[in-house]
Amino acid sequence: MPGPIIELKGVVKRYGQLEAVAGVSLAIEPGTFTALLGGSGSGKTTALKTINGLVVPEAGEIFVQGERVPTESGPGLRRRIGYVFQEVGLFPHMTVAENIAVGPRLAGWDNARIAPRVAELLELVALPPDVGGRLPAALSGGQRQRVGVARALAAEPKIMLMDEPFGALDPVTRDQLGRDYRALHESLGLTTLMVTHDVWEALLLADRIVVMHQGRVLADATPAALLAGHPDERVRALMETPRRQVDRVRELAGESL
Amino acid sequence: MDPRIAAAWALLPGYLGQHVLLSASALLLGLAISLPLAVAASRSAVVRWPSLLVASLVQTIPSLALLALFYPLLLALSSVTKPAFGLTLPSLGFLPSLLALTLYSMLPILRNGVAGLTGVDPAIVEAARGVGMTDRQRLFQVELPLAAPVIMAGVRTAAVWTIGAATLATPVGQTSLGNYIFSGLQTENWVYVLFGCGASAALAMAADQLLGLIERGMAERSRWQVWAGGAGLIAGTLIALAPIISFGGAGAPARYVVGAKNFSEQYILAELIADRLQHAGATVERKEDLGSTFAYSALKTGAVDVYVDYSGTLWNNVLKRTDNPGRAAVLAQLTAELKRRDGVVVLGSLGFENAYALAMRRNQAEALHIKTLDDLAAHAGQLTFGADLEFLSRPEWTSVKTAYGLKFAKTAEYQPTFMYRALTSGQADVISAFSSDGRIAADDLVVLDDPRHALPPYDAVVLVTPKRANDARLLGVLRPLIGKIDVTAMRAANLTVDRDADKASPAQAAKALEAKLGL
Repeated sequence: MPGPIIELKGVVKRYGQLEAVAGVSLAIEPGTFTALLGGSGSGKTTALKTINGLVVPEAGEIFVQGERVPTESGPGLRRRIGYVFQEVGLFPHMTVAENIAVGPRLAGWDNARIAPRVAELLELVALPPDVGGRLPAALSGGQRQRVGVARALAAEPKIMLMDEPFGALDPVTRDQLGRDYRALHESLGLTTLMVTHDVWEALLLADRIVVMHQGRVLADATPAALLAGHPDERVRALMETPRRQVDRVRELAGESL
Repeated sequence: MDPRIAAAWALLPGYLGQHVLLSASALLLGLAISLPLAVAASRSAVVRWPSLLVASLVQTIPSLALLALFYPLLLALSSVTKPAFGLTLPSLGFLPSLLALTLYSMLPILRNGVAGLTGVDPAIVEAARGVGMTDRQRLFQVELPLAAPVIMAGVRTAAVWTIGAATLATPVGQTSLGNYIFSGLQTENWVYVLFGCGASAALAMAADQLLGLIERGMAERSRWQVWAGGAGLIAGTLIALAPIISFGGAGAPARYVVGAKNFSEQYILAELIADRLQHAGATVERKEDLGSTFAYSALKTGAVDVYVDYSGTLWNNVLKRTDNPGRAAVLAQLTAELKRRDGVVVLGSLGFENAYALAMRRNQAEALHIKTLDDLAAHAGQLTFGADLEFLSRPEWTSVKTAYGLKFAKTAEYQPTFMYRALTSGQADVISAFSSDGRIAADDLVVLDDPRHALPPYDAVVLVTPKRANDARLLGVLRPLIGKIDVTAMRAANLTVDRDADKASPAQAAKALEAKLGL
């Protein structure tokens, strides 16, 4: 059996006095979809960024595909890992197609290979082909994040790191995009690690939920196991919210019917 | 067409070419230094604050002073590089002007560069890192393209400043459109002054518009606008430079540089020498409006081949002498000393003196019974003294002041032209006049006697640069002038240039003087 594709061992990151990540250890198996769930300040984003070297930890070790992540930031490492975040960060001076082609270009692909790949990705993220010639400013928020996902996937990474990827979208778009991405995760055989503060999103998309609080892991289990109950009171309180909401919605639906 | 406008047009290709060469070089050099500095400053606060502070500080120095400061700086630098590498840096002309204007152009480029680069959305920077760009790739593929419109706005400001300030390169010996302004101001040729201002303003506006086209093209990502602006700039620069690019091969005639300080008599004498050299088949370049101390240094170092100076000026400023052994002794000692010290040839006196002399309106002098500087000292406490821009800092003033105990109620400094105006209009009562000035007779002024001989003699002498000391053609042209020009002839020539109506250009006055002297 192959080992974990991502492994964190006792990772610590401090910002001045504050310990943002206080000794996190985590092993991610290939092909899984894991949610890092927690409130703001829980250290989930910082922990995620140590994996692709955007944040360099003070202590601990990180392994990606069996290789140790260098303590110096590594552009080479990041080219092998897809990265999607809430603000998207599309390059405003490049067309959608140019944005998507950035990763392959950095990896040294030739044009003959890049053009069909861009077309394939637009289709994959359910965007019409003519969007490729437009500038990011001409797109809606949902379309922009679809381009963000396409850009992250362009260089054919096996790992996707996502930081609140759908956080800025309206609920309908958010749900649609979440389901579309989950399907891509399956069909492309990706390993996905997604940071979110939204319990619903974590429950509905992930195979495994890691709950973080003040830089530490509070819980690590499947959605079903977490809903069934947990020894930590804070985790139980977190899971209580969706349960209560479901009951309330069921009540409302029953009344209207 | 007005003959003055025609004359101004004829000078335009040379002046414009030099002006464009200077300002374009300064801007390119400024860009080459400021842009990497802006990148470094945008990434590190340790670089940012000192570099912005120094650039701002440079901006507070008046541009004329900044240009002038490079003269002593380069002289000092030469005193180091010459023994070490055998390299003499030209301290006048193109180099100091280039360096000063380069410094001057840096602030707007640096400031906008830092603002543009640090203003890039952090999310875009994170995305660039996230996709795996190196720092260098992020700079060239993301940050610089996004900051380009802001940087270009800075380049536009720098271009306008540089083109404007380049007019001030004239007094340090670099030809520019400022030659119109400085010589026009001296000879009250307002057509020239306006022409110089108009030409430099038009040049600045044209450069600004073309750079603006590039800026808009960058902001709107329109490639043709960027190309059109760039092509316009390059074509304009090449057209402007064409007249001053000489294809002088082995057969080119010898070139002589004739210098002149910044007043009418100097312009006329320079034109006279230049005209006679051209008659002898030589090519002549003029370096006009040199500051008093620049002129001698330029001659000594070979930047100027020949010019006319005054014995008393050299006696005080170069030999640092304050005694007055008499007119003949001053000339003889000066000739021997300059040859020995600097290898400079004092060819001889032209035959007249242009002495510093204190002058008053005749009616006022008679009313107060002032005939000599001794008489003046008794009334000075109620009078206003108008001096030219250098007199008050010259040793002559110190010796006059000490010898007669002069204490004026008020002192003001003027350009020579405005100094005479101040006297005739009553704003000044006494001025530091020049004895060969045509306006002494024309304005009915009296020159006060100097019974204590505090002011040295000021024979107009022809000086030749050391490397031309044995140049037969040059000496052959200059020798016939020695002892030929008397003060009446010179005053008359000066007046034709200085008077208000029916003004002659210095070249016309020189021709008339040549004809009168039968040369």
